[in-house]
Amino acid sequence: MTPVPAPPSSRAPYPAASAFDSDAPFARLPRLLRRLPDRELGMLPIIGALVLIWAVFGIINPAFLSAENLVNLTLQSAPTGVIALGVVLVLLAGQIDLSVGSVSGLAASVVAVTTVLWEWPIGLGIVLALSVGVVVGLTYGLLATRLGLPSFVLTLAGLMVLAGVQLRVLGSRGSINLPFESWLVDFAQQGFLSPAAAWSLVAAVIAVVAAVQLLERSRRARAELPRASLARVLLRVGGLAALLGGTVAYLGTARGIGYPVVLFLSLVAIVDVLLRRTRWGRSVRAVGGDRRSAMLAGVAVRRVTVSCFVACSTFAALGGVLAAGRLAAANQGTGGAETYLTAIAAAVIGGTSLFGGRGSAWSALTGVLVITSISSGLTLLNLDTASRYIVTGLVLVLALTADTLLRAPRSR
Amino acid sequence: MTRPQPHSQPEPRSGSRSGAAAPPPAAALPGAVLSLRGISKNFGGVRALSDVSLDVRPHEVLAVVGDNGAGKSTLAGVIAGAYRPDAGQLLLDGRPVVLGSPAVARSLGIAAVFQDLALCHNLDVVENLFLAHEPTRGGFLDEVAMERKAWELLGQLGTSVPSVRLPVRELSGGQRQVVAVARALLGSPRVVVLDEPTAALGIRQTAEVLNLVERLRERGHAVVLISHQAADLQAVADRFVVLRLGRVGGELDAASVGYEDLLAAMTGASRPGGRKPR
Repeated sequence: MTPVPAPPSSRAPYPAASAFDSDAPFARLPRLLRRLPDRELGMLPIIGALVLIWAVFGIINPAFLSAENLVNLTLQSAPTGVIALGVVLVLLAGQIDLSVGSVSGLAASVVAVTTVLWEWPIGLGIVLALSVGVVVGLTYGLLATRLGLPSFVLTLAGLMVLAGVQLRVLGSRGSINLPFESWLVDFAQQGFLSPAAAWSLVAAVIAVVAAVQLLERSRRARAELPRASLARVLLRVGGLAALLGGTVAYLGTARGIGYPVVLFLSLVAIVDVLLRRTRWGRSVRAVGGDRRSAMLAGVAVRRVTVSCFVACSTFAALGGVLAAGRLAAANQGTGGAETYLTAIAAAVIGGTSLFGGRGSAWSALTGVLVITSISSGLTLLNLDTASRYIVTGLVLVLALTADTLLRAPRSR
Repeated sequence: MTRPQPHSQPEPRSGSRSGAAAPPPAAALPGAVLSLRGISKNFGGVRALSDVSLDVRPHEVLAVVGDNGAGKSTLAGVIAGAYRPDAGQLLLDGRPVVLGSPAVARSLGIAAVFQDLALCHNLDVVENLFLAHEPTRGGFLDEVAMERKAWELLGQLGTSVPSVRLPVRELSGGQRQVVAVARALLGSPRVVVLDEPTAALGIRQTAEVLNLVERLRERGHAVVLISHQAADLQAVADRFVVLRLGRVGGELDAASVGYEDLLAAMTGASRPGGRKPR
């Protein structure tokens, strides 16, 4: 940090310092709520909804809350969650990608065909599948930014084209099984963190978060800026520790935390840091919030938009690879309509705005947990696919309503 | 008034810097930071600017006045790099420059505050101030440095922004104006263009902005102040350039010009007789 000399009247320009620390706790609560960044405020309703859903299903059928079922739930969530994470990025940049399902299906087919029919090493197949994602995203990005094509219809066209390509790649067989010995299947189905590994990971995460928070707090103190109270920091870190520790302890009574889940959570955390703490992330939100203003401020709008499309398609491809590993197969239905609908719905239900510029990486996690919980709970109740669609659709309407209402005061 | 839509602007033809049909551009006025020579800009069939020439000097407030539709905002866009002129030249310190984008203009020391302020309403004050110019520390955003600098800047501008972590959509019009001006001042530009800075403001905030303009001049910036509120400008302007229907309708010395002269020049009721016709 380059130390900035204090302005001559160093007391006057910091009114927030006192406003932040000295008020009575109750008087400042509404203001505190309002001042919470979108990220934290936006998470509250969805976490409440998740708790409600779990409570309801848990009461109706206690098996829902069993550790084994929750482990299954996390494993189911991971591939779709990775896809939803990419959708969050395009939505944040004010675009949309409807073709994530087709991209994931194509990627799954590419992995299956290269490893089973062409007998490539599976790592090479995965690299090729991910490159397909990169190329697709690059194509969308360039068409959308250079020619100004609207991404809604552009990616709808891509959805159809890629679904056709997927059928071609699979050929007349229509379905290809991956050998169970391949490490991808092993990773996706059998890979679980050992208790020691899980607990050290939790400890490491908490240590890093606590260190970052305390470091930031002391830097702000030295710079005479308003800072979060120590109690608040401790509360935040303690809450995180309780959440992570509780999850690991409870899931540990069954099979534990699967590798795909760890991969998904790490990706969410990385994207979250990129979005909040890097210039790229800030420009993504700026572009999504107000494209013209971002451009006038000097943001490389086109490059940022293209990067989001590329990230989205690549995450979609990765999600497809994980899904192929989980099913140990790729077929014509892999990445079908349900995949992209679920992924986009998850991003929006998680609190990422369809209107651009508002949302967070964590909405991929919460959104996909809500959707998977609903589907898992209804399955346990022996309800059919029809009711699953209907309930998920209604939840999506709720989320959309919240999104639109949140947006309304902004456009005054 | 046309808004800048730089994305739809075609790439400049190489001839735009010295069009064959255009008269040879005159040399820049000695001592001028920025000179415009024969600038023209069309939007479709509409000629927004036609053969506009003017000079901007350091330590000077150049007021560009004109009625609605006179081409003021287009002129601001051309100086700020949001529009590329169809003909004519921009000279910076006497050397021709092409301002391909606002970022290029900014890197050359020309900063603009646009009429609609061009702030991202979903970002907070600090995020807007430093957008696309964020200081980093080990690859990550240096929020502490940014926030500190933000308070410092806003303190200099004598502002009443309650918190620099408030999203811009929650600020009043005057506060947004201050944020936009503060952003323009980051990086100490040599030329500051203010497009209708007082149009959305109340009396007190207008006085604050005019104060601010004087402070910019004292600090050695060249200020281009664009407005149709001629009365406001008279308090701070050193020179007036009157735009009328896309052309320079007259250049007036602020010391000797009266409000009626300005109005007359803006509306074209009569040319400012004998003062300094161009």
